[in-house]
Amino acid sequence: MLHFVLFFIFAAICLGGAINLLAQKHPISSALSLIVVMGSLAVEYLLLGAEFVAIVQVIIYAGAIMVLFVFVIMLLNAGIEEHTRGSRVALILGFPGMLALGLLISWVLVRNPEHTVPVGAEYGPANAIGRLLFHEFILPFEVTSVLILIAIMGAVVLASPMHPRFPEPEPEQPELVAAGESRSDS
Amino acid sequence: MVPLSYYLLLSAVLFACGVAGFLIKRNIITIFMSIELMLNAVNLSFVAFAAHWHRLSGQVFVFFVMVVAAAEAAVGLAIIISVFRTRDTLNVDSVNLLKL
Repeated sequence: MLHFVLFFIFAAICLGGAINLLAQKHPISSALSLIVVMGSLAVEYLLLGAEFVAIVQVIIYAGAIMVLFVFVIMLLNAGIEEHTRGSRVALILGFPGMLALGLLISWVLVRNPEHTVPVGAEYGPANAIGRLLFHEFILPFEVTSVLILIAIMGAVVLASPMHPRFPEPEPEQPELVAAGESRSDS
Repeated sequence: MVPLSYYLLLSAVLFACGVAGFLIKRNIITIFMSIELMLNAVNLSFVAFAAHWHRLSGQVFVFFVMVVAAAEAAVGLAIIISVFRTRDTLNVDSVNLLKL
């Protein structure tokens, strides 16, 4: 009974956050509601007995990835999104598409309602997951380390301003340089 | 006893919200956040199935999905910074040229 109550409370918070993400105009509000979604999903993972995944969800998603998002939003000074003609077409097509997809998946799920899961019966302890990760899934685990390395290098190369896409125009006022004003290249 | 289909329904609705955000949002960062929402919805169904079948492999897969999402966020946000640096906009309607 307690599981039911907690499930419905946090499912409602989760859905509210997801709908708020769509409704908000400013990206920072969308980012904050996405954090709400991730936090309540962590509670759902706890209800399912996956405490390791819940902790990792809080640390990696809400702690690392969303901090990266908020940092980029503030770095780029992202304001309220402006709408054009194409965005209205997307608005007209987007909501029926969402409804169709949601109803399709829900219909498939509701057709077989006999699945029940005893929540909290089987815990996924961290040591069992670690044993699985380092025995059965050792090759994918090592491949992910290569993936992370490539992602780090790609992020540094893409975001670094050291390679200008266009050749810098010649400074038009050489007397400023001659006067000792140092020009900072971006 | 919460039925498995409840978790899957929540996951489906979250995924649909992510798809809708991907389609209707014009800010490239918000579109990116919608992708993260879709990944989270799939993670929820992974964990629900792992609890249903009493297998831990689903949780290990959630771990891998999180790693891929982190790598994707790093590279994607770097691309967004690069796009903003060359075009001075975050609106995807304005980013319609491969080469300036």
